[in-house]
Amino acid sequence: MPQILEKPALELESIRRDFPALNQRVHGQPLVYFDNAATSQKPRAVIDAISRYYECDNSNVHRGIHELSRRATEGYEAARKRVAQFIGAGSAHEIVFTRGTTEAVNLIASAWGDANVKSGDTILLTEMEHHSNIVPWQLLAKRTGAKLVYVPVTGDDGMLDLDALDRLLTREVKLFAFTHVSNTLGTINPVRRLCAQARELGIATFVDAAQSAGHMPVDVGEIGCDFLAFSGHKICGPTGIGVLFGRQELLEAMEPYQGGGDMISRVDFQESRWNVVPHKFEAGTPDIAGAIGLHAALDYLDRVGRERILAHDLDLAAYAYEKLAALGNIRLFGPRPETGLHSGLISFLLPEVHAHDVITLADRHGIALRGGHHCTQPLMRKLGVASTARASFYFYNTREEIDRFLETIAEIRTFFARQV
Amino acid sequence: MDLEELYQDVILDHSRRPRNFGEMPDADFHIHGDNPMCGDEVTLHVKFSAADLVEKVGFTGNGCSICMSSASMLTQKIKRRPRAEAAELSRAFQDLLTAPSEPEPDKRLGDLTLLRGVRKFPQRVKCATLAWHALDQALAKPTAKETNFSEETDPPAP
Ligand SMILES: Cc1ncc(COP(=O)(O)O)c(C=O)c1O
Repeated sequence: MPQILEKPALELESIRRDFPALNQRVHGQPLVYFDNAATSQKPRAVIDAISRYYECDNSNVHRGIHELSRRATEGYEAARKRVAQFIGAGSAHEIVFTRGTTEAVNLIASAWGDANVKSGDTILLTEMEHHSNIVPWQLLAKRTGAKLVYVPVTGDDGMLDLDALDRLLTREVKLFAFTHVSNTLGTINPVRRLCAQARELGIATFVDAAQSAGHMPVDVGEIGCDFLAFSGHKICGPTGIGVLFGRQELLEAMEPYQGGGDMISRVDFQESRWNVVPHKFEAGTPDIAGAIGLHAALDYLDRVGRERILAHDLDLAAYAYEKLAALGNIRLFGPRPETGLHSGLISFLLPEVHAHDVITLADRHGIALRGGHHCTQPLMRKLGVASTARASFYFYNTREEIDRFLETIAEIRTFFARQV
Repeated sequence: MDLEELYQDVILDHSRRPRNFGEMPDADFHIHGDNPMCGDEVTLHVKFSAADLVEKVGFTGNGCSICMSSASMLTQKIKRRPRAEAAELSRAFQDLLTAPSEPEPDKRLGDLTLLRGVRKFPQRVKCATLAWHALDQALAKPTAKETNFSEETDPPAP
């Protein structure tokens, strides 16, 4: 008998029952939540893990000898270990908890950047970066006199110009920082190749995995990056917790980011000695409940299966893209889905209806979309648009929801096309 | 339902065919406002007469239908009004949209009253008031010919 190798498709009904917030009406209509790139909904398992921590184990970490403190510390450090395993890090020492992706980038820009970047150096970014992977580097450039250079995006199809990259990746470049998946275009970038090319020249790399971790397998060893970051809240975890991965030798060579409790081994009146990594970068009481919630989220995601989540994301994106294209007279962004490089979000523009009007009308139909610049203003300027409307999916979304979204788009068009 | 109330025919008409839309090289003031939350942009061009009337007013920019129609109606409404009266109308219009309890509309506002539908869409109020915030700055006759401002993102609750 042939073995069944492929796991079956997702059991959407049972998955959806795990997410209390999905089961509600908005403006009288069943909620269709298509704003997952901004933040995902949370499964019961995560909400329960956080409640259980506060109800049973709440205490401060690392400083107490009593039982509750032991449990809190154990929970917090177990979460760190789980994160290391989730992204294939060699050791939990390479995992720094932050508030999110944004704080992780700021941490590298300060603690690594100030020591390694000087006047005349180049920091290479791409035109599709989120503001959080631009502004911290601008601040660093201002402090050091370094300059920022951007790998161009080819156009509405949202690809990085890899020919230009060959020219731009020079020995002046100290760091190449880029997103794994674009939150505006949906593009999945060839991160392995980008890291390999940088490494050949001894250039450090940072991968913004805010839109990829939890959406597809992400393994830092396979990717070959020096730093990587993501946010818990976009992948079923709570807000307020995020992760910075850094190769241990790099983290060890870095100065602290903030000073305070927990990050020291000895403090005298005039100077102090730092704690070992990763604690050196975690000043003050951390978000213990957040880490524990994130742990539960990672367990949940691996039960669903990241390969299957990716397949589902790609399927929904392709379905929505083709159906929207078939409407005609619509501007769609990001790679064509048959490339396999368009992750689970679609940015679009109707020439006759402004994105905000689309969002407001969709909202009244119970459909949560997002409109605006998506924190990628330079990219929007490059594409010559002020804003786009965006539908972003996750593994609990369904083709039926996309059908409802498409019907609503058609209705919105009729509504705005009416004779006045 | 609310949507018809928000997107009335008059509003759609103004957003499709904005009045007094275009550059105005001889304006006394060019006030550029943007709403960083959503990317709406309006530049209001205003010229005053010797008798302190709003002699000419026009706008350029890019925004949603609420933003564009509000700017378009604004220009029609305040053209040739004394500066002080334009300020009164601006106050009356903004109160109509943002006062905690909805006031009786000032009769002089005319079709602009239709925009009070945004009261049911709190996230859209800033779209309707952007051009008026630019107007308020022009009416104060700033020293510079060109002014840029950005709307505040959601302020902390009072
Ligand atoms: C690609 C990308 N990078 C970074 C961020 C910032 O994440 P956070 O706001 O959680 O720090 C986001 C979130 O919007 C994002 O989409």
